Order: sequence, then structure tokens, then C-alpha cells
Amino acid sequence: MSDRRSWPLFEVFVRSRRGLSHVHVGSLHAPDAEMALRNARDLYTRRQEGVSLWVVEASQITASSPEEKDSFFDPAGDKIYRHPTFYDIPEGVEHL
Amino acid sequence: MVRVYGNDFAPQDAEPARPAAPAEIEPGLEDFWRIVGADGRIEPRDAMPEDYRRSLVRQIAQHAHSEIIGMQPEGNWIGRAPSLRRKAILMAKVQDEAGHGLYLYAAAETLGVDRADLLDLLHSGRQKYSSIFNYPTLTWADIGAIGWLVDGAAIVNQVPLCRCSYGPYARAMIRVCKEESFHQRQGFEALNTLSHGTPEQRAMAQDAVDRWWWPSLMMFGPHDAESTHSEKSMAWGVKRFSNDDLRQRFVDMTVPQSEALGLTLPDPDLRWNEERGHYDFGEIDFTELFEVIKGNGPCNKQRMAHRRGAHEDGAWAREAATAYAEKQAARKEGSAA
Repeated sequence: MSDRRSWPLFEVFVRSRRGLSHVHVGSLHAPDAEMALRNARDLYTRRQEGVSLWVVEASQITASSPEEKDSFFDPAGDKIYRHPTFYDIPEGVEHL
Repeated sequence: MVRVYGNDFAPQDAEPARPAAPAEIEPGLEDFWRIVGADGRIEPRDAMPEDYRRSLVRQIAQHAHSEIIGMQPEGNWIGRAPSLRRKAILMAKVQDEAGHGLYLYAAAETLGVDRADLLDLLHSGRQKYSSIFNYPTLTWADIGAIGWLVDGAAIVNQVPLCRCSYGPYARAMIRVCKEESFHQRQGFEALNTLSHGTPEQRAMAQDAVDRWWWPSLMMFGPHDAESTHSEKSMAWGVKRFSNDDLRQRFVDMTVPQSEALGLTLPDPDLRWNEERGHYDFGEIDFTELFEVIKGNGPCNKQRMAHRRGAHEDGAWAREAATAYAEKQAARKEGSAA
């Protein structure tokens, strides 16, 4: 059916309760963002799983590519001094 | 950890299958086998063997089709549910099945297929759905028996899939399994009410269990030796337990439940085997399963006709929604200019 094929894919994000970030929960097809929001309500929050919903057209998302994940994330690999566990602290020193 | 009431554990003494890389790994798939071997998850844009992708599309699509065809036997009783409470529960359950279908179609689409194409494959009979839905729901007690036995068997099949190697499928199954727990418990409760009711209600419950028991056991598929997709599926970390191990698990957990219901399971060979620590059960008539798969079950034609009809009858709503979205978009553009 050509009508269905023309509906874009939306990614759905749910904030499960106040104080938490929106988290990706899945995707759905809808003719527009408003319908996507309504469908997301029915599909992903049937049991009060959320207090807020985002829908984003999947084609609008720019993603890093799995092929270049090594070179892309490598620069952080040798900078272990960015972690607190890198540092030696004398025994008995507290609140540090 | 998925919390599934009462049955969230694997077959007790069956070891889960370990993913196994072939002796010679195709160039470019080193990461795939490393991740699968370490019990990690493959994500949509990772490199993967072509037959892994194809096999997952087939399995997830078939699973999705089963969910939406599965709405029919139960939908049959929404208008005739014995109370408002039961009606509300049944509507929620059937709506869940639609939701499960959508989670799964979305998971399949991450593998580069289009949902519309998958529906075409279902409607033209080139992709299958679970044979269990080709049996009729003759009485209200069938709704109880489906929840208890059919959803019970589905949970045993699906819980291990929550840990399968393909991320989107595993995540969809976690949602599905959480929701299936309610399905099974409401079925058990409905059946329990009948089996502790009037003699007529009790007889109705027993009749439903008599008809659904064997088809439920067939849901686990043929014996391991005859299962066509099992070996590869296990090497890929998609399938964790064999058909026979899962079936045994289902029998072991269901027999005590049947005693609580005060109903008998229609198998004269069913008895506890002290030595094995499992229930022995009778031989399954797989000729019946294969007949139903071939299209000769009691309701195959009816289910497919209904599904195609529903899709065609819904065309106007899809068209209207598209037209409305276009009109709104044009209006927005107009006011911006």
C-alpha cells in the first residue's frame, strides 16, 4: 500500500517520571508528528510508563557510524587521568 | 532482569546454548562473532552475516504476524464477555497484542525491511504466523484457557529471547514479556472462576482445557531432531534452549497449576518421573501441527480473510490521515511564507 509506505518513521522517547531524562523506547510510523505523539501514547504508555513524550522523525537524527567507531571514540581511550580513580591519595585522607 | 510472575526462569537443568563462531570467520565479521561470543548485543547498523539478518527478519516478522492474528480468536469474545470487568480486561489484552505486533514490526524494520512489505507477505501467505491461532474459540472458557495455556507457553518461549543477540528484538521481547504476565494471570483467574463454579461452568472449563492442551504443547515446535532452524539460531545466540527443553519446562510448571484449578490435562501418560525430576508426557501428534501449518487447520482461511479485510477496510482511514497531515503541512508552510 503506497499510503502506508509514505508515512515517515518516528523515534519515541519517554520520560518515565519527573527528575529523569527522556529515554528511547522504540519507533512507530505516523502521517505527522501530532499523530505520532498520539500513537506513541497508546503504544508505549498503556501502563503509565511516562509523564512526558518526545517523537522525532528518524530521518532527522544524525548518528555516528559503527564503521568508524574505533577512530571516533579512540581519543578518549588513553586519557584515564580524566577519571578520579587515576589518582593516588595517601591513606586516611577523607572527603576526597 | 525481566520480572515475569512465577515463570521467569529458564529450564532448570538445561544449560543455555553457547553462541559458536564458525571455524573460518568471513572478513568484516570479526566484530560480530566477538560480540555474539561474549554474549553482547548486535545493534542495527553493525556488520552481520546476511543469513543472520534474513533469519531474524523471518523470525521477528512471523512473531509480529502471530501477535496481530492472535487478536482474532480473543476479539471474538469481547462483545460477549460475561461481565464489564472481564470485558475491560479482554479489551486491554487484545490491545496489548496489537502493541506487541507493533513493537516487533518496528524491531524487524531496524534490519532494513519495510513493515508494509511484511504485511504484504503475510496477506499473500508467503510468511506464516503461529498455528495456535488457527483454532476456534468456541466458548467463554476458551478465553481463560488461551490466557493460561497459550500465553503461558508463549512466555516460556519468549523469556529466553529477552537475552537474544539482536538488541532491538531483545528489547521488544522485554516489553512483551512484562505485559504477557498479566495475560496469563487473567486467563488463569477466569478459568479458576469457572472451574470452581456451577457443574456446567466446570464442564465448560474442562472442555476448553481438553481442546487447548495439545495445541499449546505444539507451540514449541517439532522435536529438536526435526527442527530446521535451531542449530544456526543457537550459534548466533538467538535461540538459547531447545524446543524440547522449553516444552518440558512448560509441562513442569503447568501441571501443578492444573491441580490448583481442579482440572485434568487430557493426557493419560502424564505423570511425575521421580528419576528425571520432570513430568513424563504422551507423544505429540505432529501430523496435526503440520496439517495446520499447511493451511488445513479449522480457522486458517477465516483468519486470513479477516486480516485482509481489516487491512482493506482500514485503507480509507490511512488515506484520510495522510491527506490531513498534508493539508496541515501546507497550511503551516502558507502561514510561514
